Amino acid sequence: MTTTLTPTGASAQEPRRTRRLRRPKAARAGGTLHAGPLAYAVLVLFSLGSLFPLVWTAIAASRDNNRLAETPPPFWFGSNLAHNLNVAWNDANLGKAFLNTTFVAGVSAATVVFLSTIAGFAFAKLRFKGRNALMLIVIGTMMVPPQLSIIPLYMMVAKLDWTDQLQAVILPSLVSAFGVFFMRQYLMQALPDELIEAARVDGASSWRVVWHIVFPAARPAMAVLGMLMFVQAWNDFLWPFLVLTQNGNPTVQVAVSALGRGYTPDQSLIMAGALLGTLPLLLVFAVFGKQIVGGIMQGAVKG
Amino acid sequence: MATRHDTAASPAREGGAAPARSGAPSGAYGTDERRRARLSRRWQRDIRWSPYAFVSPFFLLFVAFGLFPLIYTGWASLHTVELTAPTDMRWAGLHNYTRIFDDDFFWNAAKNTLTIGIISTVPQLAMAMGLAHILNYRLRASTFFRVVMLAPYATSIAAASLVFVLLFGRDYGMINWALHFVGGGHVDWQNDKWPSQIAVSSIVVWRWTGYNALIYLAAMQAVPQDLYESAALDGANRWQQFFHVTLPQLRPTILFTCVVSTIGASQLFGEPLMFDANKGASGGGEHQFQTLGLYLYEQGWVNQHLGRASAIAWTMFLILIVIGIVNYVISRRLRESS
Repeated sequence: MTTTLTPTGASAQEPRRTRRLRRPKAARAGGTLHAGPLAYAVLVLFSLGSLFPLVWTAIAASRDNNRLAETPPPFWFGSNLAHNLNVAWNDANLGKAFLNTTFVAGVSAATVVFLSTIAGFAFAKLRFKGRNALMLIVIGTMMVPPQLSIIPLYMMVAKLDWTDQLQAVILPSLVSAFGVFFMRQYLMQALPDELIEAARVDGASSWRVVWHIVFPAARPAMAVLGMLMFVQAWNDFLWPFLVLTQNGNPTVQVAVSALGRGYTPDQSLIMAGALLGTLPLLLVFAVFGKQIVGGIMQGAVKG
Repeated sequence: MATRHDTAASPAREGGAAPARSGAPSGAYGTDERRRARLSRRWQRDIRWSPYAFVSPFFLLFVAFGLFPLIYTGWASLHTVELTAPTDMRWAGLHNYTRIFDDDFFWNAAKNTLTIGIISTVPQLAMAMGLAHILNYRLRASTFFRVVMLAPYATSIAAASLVFVLLFGRDYGMINWALHFVGGGHVDWQNDKWPSQIAVSSIVVWRWTGYNALIYLAAMQAVPQDLYESAALDGANRWQQFFHVTLPQLRPTILFTCVVSTIGASQLFGEPLMFDANKGASGGGEHQFQTLGLYLYEQGWVNQHLGRASAIAWTMFLILIVIGIVNYVISRRLRESS
């Protein structure tokens, strides 16, 4: 690299050349540059901004309603947390909501991962007529927001009498174009063609190839996609909000939003509900944060 | 079974192999041959059709829950349908469309969607770019910072909006309290138009900035190092490198995040719904922060006119198609110019 460019840099004076070579090294913007104090200050500021609303949710949830109607607002925890969590848990039907959401998000994530892996494998490694056209269609569907489809889906749910039934929420969430794309990109580089050919020579059927070669090779990406889809399904708002009710069969988002939109005058209770609805995912992030970050970045490069 | 004849490559076709070896010594040899032929046929079928089997679940489910409803929305938009009797559809022609185009609330919602979209997307992506640039330095605790930036992404719309309602409270909110130190502080974040739109946008900005920063960071790490090295050798300082190397290299990614954010902004629903202290779907007492998504919901589920809501949905779809075409044209221009 340097050798190819030195001729232009080394024009006349020798001393200037060395200076020119050394200074740029220090001022390089790529990943090799060490961050200065200013960079850390900005990062800390943004981190505080990210975390503050979350921490303040907990602070507000640990107070009572009167304290939240005073100036200045509270900055530290009070003693009311357990009480508020307890009341919010029971008032908002959160126990049932947690079971429901775990089930919905689990089934949805597992199905999306499974279907995305086999479809992604086909798009990445198998040759068939119409492959490129079909892949373009998959990418095109990413541009169509699901919100535009809710009215007929709602009519369908009303006709089948599926209000407050979990399958109404699960069925539309079983596929993800992003998932197919993500697995395709991963398998294209992570799964060597020779491995598949070797299995073919041994007489393995496509299904055996998927089971014994694709799944093991795709496992890291499957885990990441599963987490991303779980988060997405856990936080899904509009559709569950339309077909589930708080007192019937809510998901966490439905229960929490009903708490906020209901006639509970107690803000600290609402905050306790919001806290309960957020905590499980924050725990997931605390444990698997690194993998989730890696997954998002991995999906992005090719995006 | 008809497919069998298309698989020309099959080496031992039935009926072909056996007569040629009429003097074959033993029956065992023949059955073995036939077995192999059968296997080979199955093999051909497998190679041929399994890719379709693997991709078909995606397409079947997409047609059932994405494409069909989308088209049916267009059909429903030409009818009068009430929420109370969703199966009773009466033909209305383009009435729903003329009705919403004459509706001031529709245009109000369209304008709000645009302004909230701009206030939420532009600062979000700009900050994300800056953050990504810093995260791309060699950092201590870089994983920690990345996970922390992503924490708002883990927070649901419902929970985040509820907290922001309190933080943006007019009388006891944290933000007005902080503003009073600098001489401001009596902002009515609920009822005034621009403050309420800024408040709603801030929820979006808070939830998505870290996510976009990670996407930019990933793209930055994929920029070849030697581009920076040669720029540095040409005497470009850090900022010049950022503007002349990083940004051009990130153009596709920037375009991608712009498209995704635009689609997200055009669909904005949960934040303005939950932010409304009156707990309605009108986006504030004067519809000051009602978006198209919220207007769709209000027409369909509060006023119970599903046909009219369908017309809104279909109009939003057409707007997205226009955005898609514009995006395609821009990205082609970019590719040609670079």
